[in-house]
Amino acid sequence: MPEPAIIAHNLTKRFGDFTAVDHVTFEVPRGEVFGWLGPNGAGKTTTIRMLLGLLRPTEGYARVVGYDAAKQAHEMHFHVGYMSQRFTLYQDLTVRENIRFYGHAYGLRGEALRRREEAIVRMAGLHGRGDPLTANLSGGWKQRLALGCAIVHKPQVVLLDEPTAGVDPISRREFWELIYAMAAEGVTVLVTTHYMDEAELCERVGFISRGRLVALGSPEELKRTQMRGDVLEVAMEEPERGLRYLKSLQATGRLPLDEVALYGVLLHVVVPEAERWQERLRRALEEAGFRVQHVAWIEPTLEDVFISAVKAAG
Amino acid sequence: MIDLQRLRAVLRKELTQLLRDRITLLLIFMMPLLELFFFAYAVNLSVDHIPTAVCDLSLDVRSRDFIDALVASGYFDIAEYAAGEADVIAALDEGRVRAGIVIPPDFAAQVARGQGEVLIILDGSDTYSVQAAYSAATAIAQHHALDLMVEKLRRQGQTFELMPVESSVRVLYNPTLDGLIFIVPALIAMLLQILTVNLTAQSIVREWELGTIEQLLATPIRPLELILGKLLPNLIIAAVALVLIALIGFVGMGVPFRGSVLLFLFLSLLFAISGLGLGLLVSTVAHTQNEAESITSMLMLLSMLLTGFIYPREPMPAIVRLVGDLIPLTYFVRIVRGVVTRGVGLTLVWQDVAALAIYAALAMYLAARFFHLRLD
Repeated sequence: MPEPAIIAHNLTKRFGDFTAVDHVTFEVPRGEVFGWLGPNGAGKTTTIRMLLGLLRPTEGYARVVGYDAAKQAHEMHFHVGYMSQRFTLYQDLTVRENIRFYGHAYGLRGEALRRREEAIVRMAGLHGRGDPLTANLSGGWKQRLALGCAIVHKPQVVLLDEPTAGVDPISRREFWELIYAMAAEGVTVLVTTHYMDEAELCERVGFISRGRLVALGSPEELKRTQMRGDVLEVAMEEPERGLRYLKSLQATGRLPLDEVALYGVLLHVVVPEAERWQERLRRALEEAGFRVQHVAWIEPTLEDVFISAVKAAG
Repeated sequence: MIDLQRLRAVLRKELTQLLRDRITLLLIFMMPLLELFFFAYAVNLSVDHIPTAVCDLSLDVRSRDFIDALVASGYFDIAEYAAGEADVIAALDEGRVRAGIVIPPDFAAQVARGQGEVLIILDGSDTYSVQAAYSAATAIAQHHALDLMVEKLRRQGQTFELMPVESSVRVLYNPTLDGLIFIVPALIAMLLQILTVNLTAQSIVREWELGTIEQLLATPIRPLELILGKLLPNLIIAAVALVLIALIGFVGMGVPFRGSVLLFLFLSLLFAISGLGLGLLVSTVAHTQNEAESITSMLMLLSMLLTGFIYPREPMPAIVRLVGDLIPLTYFVRIVRGVVTRGVGLTLVWQDVAALAIYAALAMYLAARFFHLRLD
């Protein structure tokens, strides 16, 4: 069995007193779409920079496509694609100049480069649009072009750091189609995001919170194993006022509510046992004068699981 | 170590970006030219034609002789005549004049008794002009007194041939003490330093600011390839700018060039490289283009003050001189004044050349070391 595409072992990065990444261990097998999830400042980018050999781990090690990231970064870079947080293209270069520059940087030339250039222009949806300055492209195109530049050399592993931040929903969906197309060709994709709906699209996800890996597994697995308690969905009028009321119940301990959160116009309430608390919750709300449409026991979303896992980790 | 294809990739990208932004490119060449003109004619170091108020309470032959001597020296221009000492001070207060001369009544009689006294009042808020006026006035007064004494002795029947000591001064290289000859070669050097440091610092800090450098470091492009790919176009720009400003300075402004042009160009190249190295160092400290600009402005100020470009370094305290030693211009100012103005060869400036070479190598080495530590 070949070595996994990505191995992080006790990976740790400290900046002075601050531990950005704290003994993180995980593996990503070849061809998997792996989500690396966590709130801002949790250590997602620092992890990626260590995987790329841009940062030296304080402890532990990372291996990517069989290379030690700290010691063999240069050799490794020929097989790894990276798209950093701010689609870092040169705004004052044209689309094709950007592609060619990155192509040359990876040692492509001649016919091979021309073929990749055409493929990327097509992939970004920019064929037949001439060769505009990158600055004049809108968000979705810039994002797809940045991905194209990151994979100009057909890497085995692609690391994407918040690739969909600030992009419209349609472009986001198209972008995920590109990610699946890559995975179908056997490319390993590690993608960071804080959109939970995107996390559901990953084969496996790792949750990172304050530098520590708090949960790891497929979305279904995590929902089964990492969720403490059951999730009740409450549909009611005046959900904001309902949220404040339930929080007060939580604070006084009148109902054992582990978590109360607003989900659009719905409320998610985490209780120890759904059967036992479903009706009591409805009654408590109605007694307080709220009009409740329904209280339903639902499967937890990844966001519920994430919050639960972070709480459990302390 | 260096892959030529990757170096070429960076070079091509840099040149494309440079040529795309025509306005910036134009400014890169126009700024030094404008600065050359403004500096060369604004930094006029000789202070003469000081506006002066004269209060002559004596109005006799002797007082008129003395005033004539002051005016004839070229240092003093009579801007106004005042009725009394108070009026002279008022004129100084209001800034209409920077010097005042008060000649007491009966000046001729006092002179005859050997007790002639004139009052010279100077505007101390402008020490630069005052120093020049002070020494000029003192010299003129003494010279005038000597003339009077000789005349007096002659009338008493004494004869003598010569002064016991006669000094004759010969100024080499710049016989008329022309300010341009002093300023222009060093100014060209300073403009070259500003250009190389700024170009390099800005072009690298810009990539940090945009985040593109992180993307570059994740490609097989090695830091050395990136640095060279950025420095070479800047060196070309510096060379073109140097030829332009040197042509204007030495041909257009007529400042004499006595030494070897080839040696000058060669040493300028070395100096430019040390400037690129200093720019690299700035880029390892600054995080944004604004920060880089603040640092380079500070550097420019220090270069003007501490390198011997205008003010002599000898009277400076050792610690201040040491700060000057950290700026490559300090060495190159001495080199250009040697090679260009005195026309000497490498044998007489080799120490500064060696210092500059060490400087360039050290700056490059340190910058390359720090460059990689940036993300950590």
